[in-house]
This record gives sequence, structure tokens and C-alpha cells, in this order.
Amino acid sequence: MSQDSPIFKTATELSADLTAGKISSVELTQAMIERVEKVDEKVHAFLHLDQEDALAQAKASDERRSKGECLSPLDGIPVGLKDVISVKDQPLTAASKILENYRSPYDATVTVKLKQAGAVIAGRLNLDEFAMGSSTENSAYGPTRNPWDLERVPGGSSGGSSAAVAAREVPLSLGSDTGGSIRQPASLCGVVGMKPTYGMVSRYGLAAFASSLDQIGPFSTTVEDAALLLETISGHDPLDSTSFPKEIPSYSGELKKPAQPGVIGLPKEFFGPGMDDEVRARVEQTIEHYRSLGYQTKEVSLPSTDLSIPVYYVIATAEASSNLARYDGIRYTSRSNRAQNAIDVYAKSRGEGFGSEVKRRCLLGAYGLSSGYYDAYYLRAQKARTLIRQDFERVFKEVDAVLTPTAPTPAFKFGEKSEDPISMYLSDIFTISTNLAGLPGISVPCGFTRSGLPVGMQLIGQAFEESSLLNIAHAYDRDHLHGRQAPNL
Amino acid sequence: MEYEAVIGLEVHVQLNTRSKMFTRVGTGFGQPPNTLTDPVVLGLPGALPVMNRDAIEKSIKVGLLLGCKIAEVCKWDRKNYFYPDMPKNYQISQFDQPICEGGEVEIEMPGENPAKMGTHRMVELTRVHLEEDVGKLTHYEHDSLVDYNRAGSPLLEIVSEPDMHNPEEVFAYLTSLRNSLVAAGISACDMEKGQLRCDANISVRPKGETTLGTKVEIKNLNTISGVRNGVEYEIRRQVRAMEEGTEIIQETRRWNPEQKYTTPMRTKEMAHDYRYFPDPDLMPVKIDEAWIDRVAKELPEKPFDKQRRYQEEMNLPYSITSSLCGDHLLCAYFEEATALAKSPTKMANWVVNDLLRELSQANKMDEFSEESNEAMTPLSCPVSPQSLAELINLIEDGKLTNNVAKELFPEMFTSGKTVVDLIKEKGLDQKSDDGEIQVICADAIANDSDAAEKFRGGKEGAINALKGAVMKATRGQANPKVVDETLRRLLS
Repeated sequence: MSQDSPIFKTATELSADLTAGKISSVELTQAMIERVEKVDEKVHAFLHLDQEDALAQAKASDERRSKGECLSPLDGIPVGLKDVISVKDQPLTAASKILENYRSPYDATVTVKLKQAGAVIAGRLNLDEFAMGSSTENSAYGPTRNPWDLERVPGGSSGGSSAAVAAREVPLSLGSDTGGSIRQPASLCGVVGMKPTYGMVSRYGLAAFASSLDQIGPFSTTVEDAALLLETISGHDPLDSTSFPKEIPSYSGELKKPAQPGVIGLPKEFFGPGMDDEVRARVEQTIEHYRSLGYQTKEVSLPSTDLSIPVYYVIATAEASSNLARYDGIRYTSRSNRAQNAIDVYAKSRGEGFGSEVKRRCLLGAYGLSSGYYDAYYLRAQKARTLIRQDFERVFKEVDAVLTPTAPTPAFKFGEKSEDPISMYLSDIFTISTNLAGLPGISVPCGFTRSGLPVGMQLIGQAFEESSLLNIAHAYDRDHLHGRQAPNL
Repeated sequence: MEYEAVIGLEVHVQLNTRSKMFTRVGTGFGQPPNTLTDPVVLGLPGALPVMNRDAIEKSIKVGLLLGCKIAEVCKWDRKNYFYPDMPKNYQISQFDQPICEGGEVEIEMPGENPAKMGTHRMVELTRVHLEEDVGKLTHYEHDSLVDYNRAGSPLLEIVSEPDMHNPEEVFAYLTSLRNSLVAAGISACDMEKGQLRCDANISVRPKGETTLGTKVEIKNLNTISGVRNGVEYEIRRQVRAMEEGTEIIQETRRWNPEQKYTTPMRTKEMAHDYRYFPDPDLMPVKIDEAWIDRVAKELPEKPFDKQRRYQEEMNLPYSITSSLCGDHLLCAYFEEATALAKSPTKMANWVVNDLLRELSQANKMDEFSEESNEAMTPLSCPVSPQSLAELINLIEDGKLTNNVAKELFPEMFTSGKTVVDLIKEKGLDQKSDDGEIQVICADAIANDSDAAEKFRGGKEGAINALKGAVMKATRGQANPKVVDETLRRLLS
């Protein structure tokens, strides 16, 4: 396929082409559908693609444009959604068998915002069941493969969202990030992935994993595109009590303004042993580049970092055990046909409908909340969470952003970690504390290993300072554009 | 040995907010099943709760009315357990920080006779918290159906201290609580519609003992008489067990209103571990002084305070105030009408006798009619307070006899016509025109000289025959006072 094909362009470029009349949304969407047909057999990023619906949206976009009623820069541009984000009348499986036959009767707030912007909502993207995992191996519908090496995982849980963008099946996608589920797969697939500040993007319509940690965020090939998608989906939502009332600036517009190089913090706890050498080398080159741009770097300390994984697995599983209780075989979830009585309906439907990681986490979470254990686990975890947040507050008095690797290793092989939950959990070690502190984090591709696997670096910003964080990320990205390199499929 | 029961009540009251506790969909009773639902009510993937401010405000109102301490922060917790009437399999409730703490409910025990006020005392409250209601299950032979219309409606749980000792106190407590809540306009408290539901915690101990006996919780006490009978039965059961030396086990029992006994539901060992934790989907809400002050301004007078005021300021007898003050709408009617009437006592009598009788008849008729409209209330009935005041003032002024008024009132009630209209329509203007009366009286004296002579001779009672003749001649429309005066004058 020619590199001129629309599928290799960024959303920003496509937006310009649509405006200039070089391409129509129907042509673009058609090209995307063909790409999916060509490569998704290998990648398996999509759980569902309603081609007819996507083309109808594209046609409507072209009609708007011809009447001069273009809604936004994203009008006519396809966006894929992780299969936990509700779209009216479309399936929502959360990659679980228990939601096999469910179709959402309503739109998530981000879906409404995308529709209002005229985006073509195209496809349901694969994930670890209920967003629980770091490799997409926990999908009940089969794993997604890393487009850079089909033997390897794309990361997770938003592995479908990252792989779809990396494989150039869609220019943009949305994922959700509870402990790194956007940033880690972005890193492993060589694309940009961002988790906004908790409260920036409405969670209404996002099938919850852990309510106090979940955030929806964008995937793209460039930081510029991430800014464009983020500004479209952000903003206060009266339907989400945890959404923050704040004016959303034009992030993509802010990127065009010259930014003063600031101070980047390098937390020593994140550069210790256990990190892959090539990852370390790529991240160090990135730091060098920032220095060359006039940024100051400073070693900082986040001493409570080692608490983050245990704290996360207590809080996230506790919330999940309660959030997933609604999938019970009574109303809209699959009911076991072996159930003899009411208790059976619960036990057998959940037993048959959930995969083992989901069960493990529900059990862990219920245990941590049970009478006699609550104080020792959940309550203590909440206190430790405060310590983690305070670490960042202290550091942000001195620096504008914190730079770390996104994941300790590049993409690993299928089965390499799936038998060992702890080693799998550790692949989120650099991303989890950001969720616990509620801060924005972005993973930006920063090169490749010698064997051609992408490496990502993570920038963590201050709460609600997405603009500054995107500016710093963009300063590196515009000079390298590693995310624009496409895998050979 | 004598035994003493110790009883605490958990009363659930549905708040009459327009929308549900955590979503915009409306509340209501009697709608087709599962029509008052939306993604939030059904607990669909991705649905999130948003708090209903009006429910908080109404809870603050209840708290102030019952003298509770209002929490500075209203915080939400999840109570986790699996049951098909609960769409999310957790209930959003308040665990360790209820919106109101403490407080009390004034109760009145029955007096020696219905005309006498009984003794009053305060029943202590533990807490009042807000939560969402669950759906309604209907069980059939092979399956059960669930209706989520009620699910997610705001529900206030009012928990008393174990501070009651017999079914009469329980009845008095419920009656008083209900009157206050209805007066505050926070719920109609209709038990038949499930707007007020009640569980009782009952234990029994030898009289004089200070430690509490083993507690048994009784559920399904869904009518006032059910509460009374259920509590009475359970006390008897426990006393019998103690007398027989059988162990009373800590358990939850269900009241069966048809067979009139309680049966075990679950024991302490089977109790759920609700795994309470703060709901991460909801932010705690600050309740500041300004908010509380604003709500305090809307507080109604408490029913017992009103009753005491009527007795002291208007000199109304207990027998009347006790009928009036059980119904705040009747009180509202009474106060509006009394402000216009010349005699509060007469007005009170008319309100509790004639108006109430017509109202209850109208509402009874309504039960058989096709349209099941809202029950008629004093303020929505065809006789306005102004109209009743007009009628009473005509009687007071001697322009209408009590008997004629009593005859006219039912017609005023059915037709909505004023008393003046009806009098005109029927040509009933009371004869107090002196000239005409004098002629008729003179006639009567002439026609019954016997009676006239007897009266003149000192037989006071003889005048009644003459009066009777005058009334007959005027078809009862003459003012008796005027007739009496005229006859005496003519006979002197």
C-alpha cells in the first residue's frame, strides 16, 4: 500500500485533506474498512465493526461539509472505541462472555461528544476482559497481536485501541486507563496514549472497572492528534459526579504557541534495577533531547512508589468486586442454562461468564472489603494512596513534569507472563501511581529496540495541567515522530 | 415472673421527590412495570449516579423536625449483597456518617377515655439516613417477576433507640412520626403504597433487668395494624419461650399477616457481610449552616405543638383537637376558615364532624368509581374554607338555623354551591323580619288562646306550643330567638 494512502496520515493531516476536498469521509472510511479487512485477521484489534453504520456516518459528514456545516476538525474522521465505552445500539462486551449479547441502549458522554464533533465512530476494540490485564490475553474473544511483532502482546488492557492505531486501521481511538491501560499498550505498540487527569473526561457510559481510577483517554500517532481528540472528549459532565467543572482550552491550539522549556523531574525510584537495558537507553536519549532543547532535568524522589502496586491491587479490586456485581445473569447479562435456583443464577452465570483474571480480582476485592479485613486492607490502602499523592504534590513544587519509562520492557511474548499474575502486574509499575494520584500521564514513542520493538516514555503532569503536559510531550514528539512509523503488515 | 419487652423500630419512608435519588427519571406508584427506569436505575454498564439535591433537602427537613443533629457532610457508601430486586447488587446508602443523628419523636399514649389527653413522652432516635429503594419482586409458583419502578427512589431510614415497651407505644410512635412527616410535606406515608415500611427489633427480659435480651428482627410489618399485631405476637412468643425455658435465638423473622404469626427468615450466622465502602462514584456533599437555615424556615409546626396551641389559644376541647391534629390538611383548612369565622369552636365542630363525614363519604365513593383519582382532601373539596365560614357566620348572626345548615351542608359539598346561593335557590331566607314574624306570632296566639293563657298564668313551658306553631307556619325558617322575643313581648 502506498504511503500516500489516507490510512498513513495523521488525523490533523486528514482534517486538512477533508477541508481541502482532497478526500471525502466516505473514501477515508472505506479505506479504513479495507485496511481492517486486510490486516485485522492478523492483529485482531476489532471485536466488531459495523461497516454500514460507519459509512452512513461518513456520508452524513460529507453532506454536512458540502453544506458548509462542518462540526469540528474531527468531522468525518474515524475513531475506534474500546469495547467498554457505550455507543447506542452497538454491542458492548467488555471482552467478556457475560456481555456477549448486550447492546447498549444509550451513548456514553464521550460518544455524545464525538458525535457532536462529527467523528465517524467506527468499531469496538479488543481489551483484557473488563479492562483487567496488561496484555489483552484476557479477552474472552481471543488476544490482540502486536502489529510490530505478531508473536508478541500489544499490552493492555486497551491493546485493541493501541494496536488498531499502530496497524493504521484507524487514525484515532479511545481507551481507558485504570493503572496504565492506555499508556502501557501505547508504549508497546509505538503510538501516543494519554490518560487525562481524573475528572477531566466523563466516565458516564464507560463500563466501570475501578471507579476512582478509571479515565478515558486518546490514542493517536502524534501528540498533536492526541491533543485534538482530548479537547473533543474533555469537559464537565453533569451525569458524572466525579467530573470536574473546568474550562477546556484548545489543546491543539495551545501546541502551536511557543513554550518556554521548563524543568523535568527524573524520579530515582523509576530508574532502578529491573528495567530493560534498551528501554533505559531509549529513555536516556529522550532525556538528552530535552536537555538539548533547553529543558532542565532534576533528580527527584517519589519515596512511596513501592506502595503503588499493593495499594492499587487492594483499591482497584475492591471497587471492581462491587462494580462487577451487576453482571449477574438476571437482566441483560448471559444466564447460565444450568441454573436451578436464584443463587445458581448468580453463581453459575458469573462462573461461566467471567474469565479467571476477573474472578481472581473480584475475590481479592471482596476479601479486602469484608468485615474484619476492611481496616487492614482497604482503609490502609486509602491512607497509603494519600502518601503517593503527597509525593507528587511535593515534587511538582520543583518541576513541571516527571519523566519515566512507560513500561519496564518492550512488548513481551504471548504466555510469557500470563501464568504469573505478579509479573504481569509489575508491567504497570511505572504507570499505576499516576492513577492513584489522579494525575495526567502520556506515553510518547521514543524509538525502537534493535529488534524493532517500540519503546515509550511517560510524562506525568500536574492535575488539570494537560496543556502544559501536551506541550512538553509535543516538544519531543515533533522532532522525532516515532509514532508515524508504521509496522510492516 | 413479669416480663418487659424492649422495642426499637426501623422505619423506611419514601421521599416524595419528583425524580429518583440518583438519576433524572421520575418516581411514582402504579405505573406499568419497569417504565420508570433508565440506565442508572437498571444498573447498565457505564451508568453513574448523580445525587438528587431535593432528597438531601427533605432529609435535612426531617432531621430538623425531629431535632436531630445534621451532618456537616453527606457521604455515600455502597452496601453490597446479591438480590434480584437490586439492579447493581449494591445499594447506595449511608453507613458510618448518616445525614442525621439523634433526635426524638413525641408520642401520646391513649388517655383514660377518648375525651381526655393521654400522657406524652419522647422516644429517642438513633439516626436517620438516606438510601435508594430497591425494586419489587412478585413471586409465582415457578418464577418471580421484578419491577424496577420503585428501585432508586429516595428512601429515608429512621432508626429509633430500643425505647418502646409495648405495641401501644409502637402504634403511637408510628402515628406521631407519620403525622410529622406528612405535615412536613416530605412523604404521603401511605403504607399501602409502600411509602412507609417498618421493621421492628424486639427483645424481652424479666422486668427490672437492665441488660437487653436477645434481639429478634421482625420484617414485613407493612400496615399499621400489622405492626401492632406483629409486635404483639412476637412479644408473646418470646415471653412464652422464656417461661418455657427455650432459647431465643438472634434472627430475622417474617410477619405473616394472614396467619398472624412470625416465621424465621435467617439467623445471625446467615447474616450478610455487606462489605460497606465509600461509593467512589459520588462525592461527599457539604451541608452548610446557610442551607440548614433555609430549610429551617420551611419547617411546619409540629402536630402536637399545634394541638396544644388550639387548646390553649382557642379553648378547643381535646376531643376536637385530637381529631383535627391527626390531619395537617384538615388543620390548614380549619385555620383558614377560622380566620374568617366568628366562632372557632363552632368552626372546629363543623370541620371535625360535618366536613370530615362528607370527605370520608366522598373518598369511599371514589374507591368504587372508574377513575382512581387522588383522594379528595379538605383543601380540594368543593366547600372552600370561605364557604364554610360564611355558613357559620350566618348561623352566628341568627340568619340560619343550625338544623337548616346541617341539611344544606351535604348539598354544598356535592354541588360546590355556596350557602347563600342555596338559600336563595330554595327560598329559605330565614324569617327575621320583625313585621312578618309579629303577624305570624299574633296569629299563633289567637289560634291557641289556651296556651297563651297558661303562659300568662306562669306556665313557662306553654310558650313552646306557640313557638311550634310559628315554626310550622314559617316552615322552620323563622329565627327562633326572634320568635321567642316576639311571643314574649306579645304575651306580656
